[in-house]
Amino acid sequence: MSKTVPVVIAALVGFLMIFAYFVPPLLSWRQTAEEWFTIVATIAMLLGGANLCVHHLQKISDRDAGWGFSAVTLAAFAITVGVGLLKVGVVPESAKHLDHAWSGQFQQEGGAFWWIYQYLFSPVVATMFALLAFYVASAAFRAFRAKNLEAMLLLVTALIVLVGQTKDREITSLFLPTPSDGSLPWMPIADLTEFIRKTFVTAGQRAIMIGVALGVVATSLRILLGLDRSYLGGDE
Amino acid sequence: MKSRDESRETRAGGVPRRATRVVPFSRLISVLLALSAVQTLGLCAAIAADKVRPPENLQAFDVPNDAGTAIKLVWSPSPDDVPGPTNPVTHYSVRIEGRERSSHLQLGLLLQGRIPFVTYTAGTLTSVGLGPQVREFEFTKANPRTTYSIDVYASGAKGVASEPAHLEGVQSRVNWFNWTKLSFFLLTLAICGTVIVCTELARRGKPFYVRPIAGLQAIEEAVGRATEMGKPMLFVPGIQDMNEIDTVAGLTILASVARTAAEYDTPLEVPTTRALVMTAAREAVQAAALAAGRPDYYNEDRIYYVTDEQFGYVASVCGWMYREQPAACFFLGKFYAESLILAETGNAVGAIQIAGTAETTQLPFFVAACDYTLLGEELFAASAYLSGEPAQMGMLKGQDFGKLAAMVLVVVGCLIATWDAVSPRHADVDREQLRPRVQWITNTVLKGG
Repeated sequence: MSKTVPVVIAALVGFLMIFAYFVPPLLSWRQTAEEWFTIVATIAMLLGGANLCVHHLQKISDRDAGWGFSAVTLAAFAITVGVGLLKVGVVPESAKHLDHAWSGQFQQEGGAFWWIYQYLFSPVVATMFALLAFYVASAAFRAFRAKNLEAMLLLVTALIVLVGQTKDREITSLFLPTPSDGSLPWMPIADLTEFIRKTFVTAGQRAIMIGVALGVVATSLRILLGLDRSYLGGDE
Repeated sequence: MKSRDESRETRAGGVPRRATRVVPFSRLISVLLALSAVQTLGLCAAIAADKVRPPENLQAFDVPNDAGTAIKLVWSPSPDDVPGPTNPVTHYSVRIEGRERSSHLQLGLLLQGRIPFVTYTAGTLTSVGLGPQVREFEFTKANPRTTYSIDVYASGAKGVASEPAHLEGVQSRVNWFNWTKLSFFLLTLAICGTVIVCTELARRGKPFYVRPIAGLQAIEEAVGRATEMGKPMLFVPGIQDMNEIDTVAGLTILASVARTAAEYDTPLEVPTTRALVMTAAREAVQAAALAAGRPDYYNEDRIYYVTDEQFGYVASVCGWMYREQPAACFFLGKFYAESLILAETGNAVGAIQIAGTAETTQLPFFVAACDYTLLGEELFAASAYLSGEPAQMGMLKGQDFGKLAAMVLVVVGCLIATWDAVSPRHADVDREQLRPRVQWITNTVLKGG
């Protein structure tokens, strides 16, 4: 029963979503289903918050490896939630509600929540994102080793695309005169890059995307028809 | 008009003589009244001069292929609406008044044998500022149960509006099928039908060959390696929620990995970015432990929620990887920019890595940094492949027929495009434009989805 009911709900809502794509009057039902998903996901956020606290408190209690990070996480979580809920530093926005100190938006510019987001959260996220450049370099170094013919082809193609996307215009402009009619000068590497991207890359990506689309159809059918219940833990 | 005396004097060359007669008071009043009347008439004439003529030929059409939510209004511009700097029409206004016919079943009236009570609810929408030369307007908040009366005004300078062009009893219509998506509907029916037929054939015992997928065959190898090294394993089911099919596919593989891990008693860590995914992952792992005959293997503390934030999650998982040095990492689900950071960190700690995603932009990163990668459709095939059930294997075969159909369509499309390009019938078509047949395939068949 605990497995059958979710499968029935998933099947009904899934088929509704499919039919609503073709039958316009079902669109409002589809929107309702999407709203229900949002509501369920929002309730699950409480579950997530509770789990976060329990998980990290346990790590601190057990003095697990990296428990100090758990303490920082919990402190940051508590401060952010507290500041957001209490609307610290928020001033009333509407002239009608000047006597209600909490009438402003919690993420109002100048508020404590906004300050945390702007000056703590965003820089930290940007730092993590910036690390990607180093990871790309190390992955490229490993992937582009010319071990055999295929690897050499990959290396040459990668070099063309890299140069074509960066400096070809400047390099070409040093040697080639600008056409008198004002059109763009011929840029061999940039043009080749464009050709590679439009022809080979697009063709390869589309082939994968067609396969993905068919895979999505088959997986959806398996789930909607109740043939595949492994995402619910199977039939056990 | 001059008097006879005045004319005479003017003709004589002298200055006209002023009238010195005394005017009676009653005559003065009449003159004043007459002047006032003339002034009023003049004002009316001026207003009439500002007023423009109404738009003509107002027509209303139901917008097809919708749920009856739109009505299209079309009219011919006012005869005064002539382009140019002196155009007296500054804008058009549309006024739509709706009367909703709502039946209220009243028990008393029903018992008396009378018809249900019917009321009308009024609602008005006015749209202004449709510039000059506008000929149509789409009302997109229509209700098919409401009858509308529609007025379109042409407005001149000083805000003076024309008489309205009027329509009464306009109603939108519910369309039960979106015919622009017919080709996509037929394609969906064909593919789903093939998949279901193949499933049924597999159930009846028809054997199907499914090619081996290296990444899935390596799962046992990865778990075995972790067991030998006495190290934990990491499973990341993507960074999206349960409404993404990639996440569901990742969780189905998690069930299989967890079963093998339970058999070997190798710890499996599952950090998630969504609380719903955490709940589903716990269910999957618990059931897998039960299926493996090791219910004590399940430890819900190993499946936990980290954060919804993409890079916060990455920081947490990478930190865990550096501290715990997992022997095997599985990245199966929906990934974005974090894919390479996760995979490179796993590579740095020397873990055997199996990844899979349907995101074409992230696949190169996984291919570069992981030992095995499930490319696109392989991720979705994994569940069926790992289960080994005939019905699910049949579905994989149905999927293959879909691929065959796609290949045939690509070849036919290429042939038609080539035929169109070399056909002398359309030699006059601009080279930049698509040829008619290709245009039909692109706009009608392919854009139907």
